[in-house]
Parts: sequence; structure tokens; C-alpha cells
Amino acid sequence: MRAPSSREVRLGEALLAVENVSLAFGGVRALTDVSFDIRKGEIRAIIGPNGAGKTSMLNVINGFYPPNTGRITFKGEARTTMRPYAAALGGIARTFQNLALFRGMTTLDNIMAGRALKMHRGFFWQLIRHGPALREEVEHRRRVEEIIDFLEIAAIRKVQVGRLPYGLQKRVELGRALAMEPDLLLLDEPMAGMNLEEKEDMSRFILDVNQQYGTTIALIEHDMGVVMDLSDRVVVLDYGRKIADATPDEVKCDKNVIRAYLGEPHGISA
Amino acid sequence: MSSINPALDTMPKLLIHNAGVIGGRPAIRHKDFGIWQTWTWSEMLEEVRAFSVGLDELGLKRGDKFAIIGGNRPRLYWAICAGQALGAVPVPVYADAVAEEMAYVLAHAEVTLAVVEDQEQVDKIIAISDRLPQLGRVVYDEPRGLKDYDHARLIAFEDVQRLGRKKLAGDAGCLRQWEAAVAAGKGGDLSIILYTSGTTGRPKGVMLTYENAIVSARNANAFDNLGRDEEVIAYLPLAWIGDHIFSYVQSYVAGYCVNCPETPDTVVEDRREIGTTYAFAPPRVYENTLTLTMVRMADAGAFKRKLFDFFIAVARRWGEKILNREKVPLGARALYGIGNLLVYGPLKNRFGLSRIRVAYTAGEAIGPEIFRFWRAVGLNLKQLYGQTEASVYVTAQPDGEIDAETVGKPTPEVEVKIAENGEVLFRSPGVFVGYYKDPDKTAEVRTPDGWVRTGDAGFFDSKTGHLKIIDRAKDVGRLNDGTLLAPKYVENKLKFYPNIREAVAIGAGRDFVCAMVNIDLTAVGSWAERNNVVYSSYQELAGHPRVYDMIAQHIDEVNRSLAEEGVMAGAQIRRFLVLHKELDADDGELTRTQKIRRGFITERYAPLVEALYGGATTADISTEVTFEDGHKGAIAARVAIRDMKPYAARAAKMERAA
Repeated sequence: MRAPSSREVRLGEALLAVENVSLAFGGVRALTDVSFDIRKGEIRAIIGPNGAGKTSMLNVINGFYPPNTGRITFKGEARTTMRPYAAALGGIARTFQNLALFRGMTTLDNIMAGRALKMHRGFFWQLIRHGPALREEVEHRRRVEEIIDFLEIAAIRKVQVGRLPYGLQKRVELGRALAMEPDLLLLDEPMAGMNLEEKEDMSRFILDVNQQYGTTIALIEHDMGVVMDLSDRVVVLDYGRKIADATPDEVKCDKNVIRAYLGEPHGISA
Repeated sequence: MSSINPALDTMPKLLIHNAGVIGGRPAIRHKDFGIWQTWTWSEMLEEVRAFSVGLDELGLKRGDKFAIIGGNRPRLYWAICAGQALGAVPVPVYADAVAEEMAYVLAHAEVTLAVVEDQEQVDKIIAISDRLPQLGRVVYDEPRGLKDYDHARLIAFEDVQRLGRKKLAGDAGCLRQWEAAVAAGKGGDLSIILYTSGTTGRPKGVMLTYENAIVSARNANAFDNLGRDEEVIAYLPLAWIGDHIFSYVQSYVAGYCVNCPETPDTVVEDRREIGTTYAFAPPRVYENTLTLTMVRMADAGAFKRKLFDFFIAVARRWGEKILNREKVPLGARALYGIGNLLVYGPLKNRFGLSRIRVAYTAGEAIGPEIFRFWRAVGLNLKQLYGQTEASVYVTAQPDGEIDAETVGKPTPEVEVKIAENGEVLFRSPGVFVGYYKDPDKTAEVRTPDGWVRTGDAGFFDSKTGHLKIIDRAKDVGRLNDGTLLAPKYVENKLKFYPNIREAVAIGAGRDFVCAMVNIDLTAVGSWAERNNVVYSSYQELAGHPRVYDMIAQHIDEVNRSLAEEGVMAGAQIRRFLVLHKELDADDGELTRTQKIRRGFITERYAPLVEALYGGATTADISTEVTFEDGHKGAIAARVAIRDMKPYAARAAKMERAA
């Protein structure tokens, strides 16, 4: 009963374009002249061996690191530097390789925190917690409850996240990112350290987010099976350079990619 | 047989009646997005009617069978009633059934339409759809993930309701037509087919009429004085007769409110928020709750633990007497009152049991210790004995006449007798019509004069006049020396220990009794943590020598208690082992209602059984396991076997004394 994939039709124009971006920390070149784009509605994977510059790439995209050269176009607006705060306001949300949750707060409060940027009443209104401030909170709570329902975490709504198993914490973090209603969602190794069942769950959530909310997703992942199943297109980085950019099937057969993953010494031609 | 008012002899008629009489009162609630959503009886009538007319538009006709697959959601209960209003017959299916089991039931029942909960169930139906040529439309409740599916056969629940509402709004005669369809239903009509999970063989479809269900529900309501103020929580499988009568028929008859939990994982929290007054649960639920309590208390601080132990001792001494309104010294009453304030009240509140008036345990025998514990802390827990074939009720304990080891007296309008082989037989207005498309099986179970064989062995206790069930009639066996063995009796004694999750006692046709035990991962895991026992998997923990020591100690205590019971003394456990994997319904080792399938298990673990009787101290085993997505793998293990010393029977001493 399943319809043939209509992904090609749904994929729109570029939401974000990275052009000739280079980034260096002192003498270490993290990224060298990297260009690629992320199209509206797609799931884009960024893969590569350890230290290839994947996380640096995400940090450049959401403005955490300003690139040394090159520029980034997001929603048609070109820029060279942007503050993370501005990126968040502009519709970029992310999760982190090593969780960055408020461990002493409940699941609900963590996800509510993701709504902070969308709350307009000031500190004093919230202190009074009456009238408009209360109405606003109720409205945001409704959105958060939808996310809780979506991610099937109702049972841990009022549990401190520090007490949750790792797989669930990852889910809460995804929930907090979703609470921002992002146009572009950056996931840094969403499945690191998970067992098979947790990976399957998380894969399903990522696909559902993409399908149901139409959110564009860029993800870094080590599990090749996951990458091949989830993503529409894959960028491969190695030592800060882009070595491939194609569909999962093409990437799988790419000579350069295989060489990078097999760990053949660099500088010696095959 | 007492008659029922022909104007109120089906559930759809009762719904219309309730909407008229108590239309403003809550009928059903569902916690959604963290908030309890309530539908009154008149709102529920509107929802059911819209869906019903929508089903009519989709072509569901009188006599058609339609499947209900999913969890306890208002819409699935509505779907049952909506179909019944048209004269169609609902066939609820266990939501956790794997595709294979589902295919059998749906094909056997010849369902033409299915109402399912979500994508998971839709996927299962798609996987088996080539074996179900008669199945037409599939209605789903939860749209999530189904956006890209081909909607030629799929349709959303609200779209069906929209069809119905459009028709109702556009055609004035439609409402009259629908009400005429409801009025055309009669008490003697087939109301539902419930497939029993069955400990052996294929599931059988038990056919019940409206009259069966309504008379049973009415008598049960009268037995416990249940009225429209009750609050119950619906959390047991829809395909189980208990949930059907309790969360659906009894609610329609009494007019009480049914609460659907947010998710299966939040039942305890949800129950606590609602404060249910009437509860119905298999022993497992009370067992798990007690295990959880004991585990948590073991982790608590010394002061709290001492407080708990002291007041639980007080409760064990006086609690039941107070609950039974017996004479209790004033001092004990006062102490119990303090205990209630400090321990029992908070404990019951923690599990949402504060407002309970009547709580039933049924489905299987409950460990007497577990039963007494809950009564001691003031929970009016009672036993009930029932069967799908009886529309649940056969016997139940009246208030004040409680005994941990009996299942009570025949409920109103039920007759019970014991056959010569010890089998329990009953006759009542709730007796089923027959098994669907299986007259031979029906004839095996029901005698021409209306008595139904329960398959359970039991007797009437001479002291209390209550029925006592010892085991399945066919499972009661004898050892080679003629000693009586009721395996379940032994197993239940073992399962009282929180560390033991499941036990399988074998010995019929052998020289002595052996046991295979499943550890409880929660309890033993917590014990391991406190005792620095390191393990990396269930299998490793189960095989740990110190875990064996602990289990051996439990078995020793069971042996001693068996030795004290005279007739059961010969059933003491001589050898045992701890199984390397949890018994699982997906592997066919448990039924869907979590009862062990002893015959199947002894076959599947034949090498272990041989080793138990062969005198070996270890045995190798490789078992196939089925994962939740249906693919198979194998688990191999070497399992240790321990010998136990039996106690001398105390009955012998008594003989000497006599």
C-alpha cells in the first residue's frame, strides 16, 4: 500500500549553501575549501573518519565558529559571521555529540527551555505569571506536549533528565531542538552509544520529523547502515576536505571514500 | 434466567439511553497531550453515531465481522459500539500479537474491515494482506507516519466520522435510519467474538450474545454495588474478556466512567491522578507492584526501612481483621491508624489505590502472601474466578468473606458443580453461544444441558463453602509412585519470591519434581547492585553462582512449606536450574495473558529436562528466539543444575500422633 517515493518531487531549492569555507585553529586546518548545499526538505548526512572536521562543519553552520574564508547562504541571505543566538532565531536548531541538557530539570522543563526564544513576555510578566504571560505559557506548553507525544516520552515527562538512560536523554535533546520549530535541524551523532533498538527508534523519529514537520535535517553519523537508510544525499569529509558528495549508493562505491575509511596512508597514490 | 428489558438489551441501546438520562455525566476520559480530555455520555453518543454512520457509508453491514486492533483508546471502544449499532460483530485482536497470529485470527473470523490504532498495526496488516482477501478498508486512529502510505484502502478515523457527520447533516432520514438499525438489534444477537489466547493449539473464537454480556455485567454491578460514580482505568488488552466486560459493558450498564491512560507506561501515574474506585487486574500487577515496593524499600534509608517493617508487621497482624470488620483491640486499632497515616496510606497513594472500594484479582491464582499483604494495608482485594466462556463471572468473594486460597462463591445466577474427575463445571446466563466455526470444540466443552467444563480442577472448601482451584484439570498429574502433583500450586509458591519471575514445575510420570526458574531482572538486578555482583547480561546474571545460592534458599523454604502440607509433601523440588533467557510470549513460551505453556516449554527445553532427570550438573542448550520485528536468532548457553534436599513430610508425624 506504500506509495513510491516522492522525495525527488518534495526536495526544493537550497536552504543552506556552504561556499569555499575554510577554518583553521592556529596552524591546524580543520576545514579546507568546503562547498556543498542542503536542500529544503532533505536529510543530508555529513560523514567521514574521526577528525575529518564534521563537528567543525556543524559549528560553522550554526555560527559557533566564524569561518576564516568562504561564505554561508541561509534562506537566501549570505553571511560570513553569525552569532549562535542569531542562528537559533533564524531557525537553526541542533543537538550535541555529548549531551547538553539541564540535568537537574525535568524532561518537560528541558523541552520548555527550547521555547525560550519564542516567548515574548519579559521577566516581570513571567514572574507575575498571570494574564498574557500565563496564556503564552499555556500555548507553549501545548506545543511542547505535542512534541512529548510525538517522541513518545510521556512516561518521563516529570522525571529529571539526569536520571534517565542515555538513549532517552538523546530523545529529550531532540525534543528540545524540535521545540524551536527549526527550519534546519543539525544532529551531531544522534545515535552514538545507542543499542540496536534505540537506534531503530531514533531513526524512525528522525524520518517522522522530516516527513511530518517537513524539517530539513543535517546529521553527522558514524553508523553507515543508518546513514545509508536515512539520508537523501551524503557529504564525505576527510582531513577537512570534501572528498565526495552524492547519493548514499554512489558514495558507497566511491574509490576515495573507501580509501579514506580503510585508513590507507595519505599522500601515497593507489 | 432473569429477563432483561428489551429496550435496553444491547450496548448501543444503552448508550442512547444513558445519553438521555445521564447525558451530562462523564462517560470516558483519555489523557492526551498531558491533559485529561472528557466526553460525556451525550458527547460520546455523537462520536459513536458519526463513526457508525461513517462505517455504514464504507459498506459495513449487519452480520459482518470487523477487527479492532490496538491499545485502550476511546476511539477503539467507540468503534466497538459503532459497529454493534449496525449489527456488525467486533473481533478485538491482541495488539501485541505478531503478524502471523493476527493473520490466523483475521482470516478465521473473515473480517471485512479493521479499525486499528497506528502505523505499527497498519504495517502488520499490510504484511499479511495477501492472506486476507476478504479484508476491505483499514481505519486508523493515529495518523503519525502514515502520510506517505497509499490511501486507497486506508482511511483516518476522523475522516470516517466526517463521512458520517456529512451524511447525518445532509439527510434528515439518516438519523432515523440509524436509530432503527440500533432498535433492530436484539439481546439474543451475537455481540462479539473474543479469541482466547489458549494454552494449547490455535486460538478459539468465543461467541457471546448481548444478553450474555449484559446479564453478567448487571449481576456483577449488583454484587459489588457499583453505580454511576465509579471511576475505572482501562489498561488491559481490549481482546481480553475482562477488559471488555469491565471497561465497556459494565460501564454502559452502570453508567460509570472509563479512563484511558496516556500510554501503557503511564498507567500508575494516570491511575493516581484519577483515583479509581474499582479495579480489576491479573495477579501479576499486584505482584509487580509489591516487588517494586520491596525493592525500593531495600534501597531506602535505615530509618524509613525500620518504620516500614514495623508498620507492615502491624498491618499483617491486624489489617485484615479491621478490613473484615472483626473485633480488634483499641490499641491495635490506634497503632494501625498511625501506620495508615505514615505507611499504608502513602503506599496506596503511590500506586493510585487510595480511593479503591473493590479491587479484584483474576486470571490466575495469586500468591497468598501477596494477597494478604494488600489486604493487610487496607486494600479491599478480592478474588474472582472467571472465564471467557462465562462472560467472566463464575465465582467471586463477597465483601467480608475473604480467604487467600479460595476464589469465592458462585456469583448471582451462576450454578457450579464438581465433576467426578475433580473438574469444575458451571451453568449461567453468561454461558457463550459456541466457538466460532468450531462445533466440535463447542461440544467438547459444553454439555447438551448447558454445563460448561472449565478445564480447571477444584473443590468446595468445607470450612468456607468457597470454591478452591488447584490447577488445570489436565495438568494435575502423578509422579511414578502415585504422589499427586499440581504443578501450578508449586510454581505459585515459588513465584511469591520477588526474585523469581516465572517457574515451571515438572514431574508427572517421573520419579521426582524438578523446577526451571526465571529470575526477575528488576529484583535480582537491584540485589546484584547492592551486593557487588558484576554482570553484563541477563544470561550472565541468571547463571551466577550467588544467584543460584539465593534461589536455592527460596526453594528450600518452598520445600519446607510443602512438607508441612501433607498431600503436597511428595511434590518437593529435588533439582532445579535457572533458565538463561526470559520466557516470552513472542517465542510461544507464555500465552498473551502471560501464563506459562508448560508442555511447550518442556518440549523446547528438552535437553535441560533430560539433564535434570539424568543427574548431570550442567547442560548445554541452544534456543531460537523471535525478536519484536519478527526476525529470528539463537541463544546458546550452558546451564548449571543444583540438587536440593527434601524435608520429611510432617503428615507422617501427625499419623504417628493419631
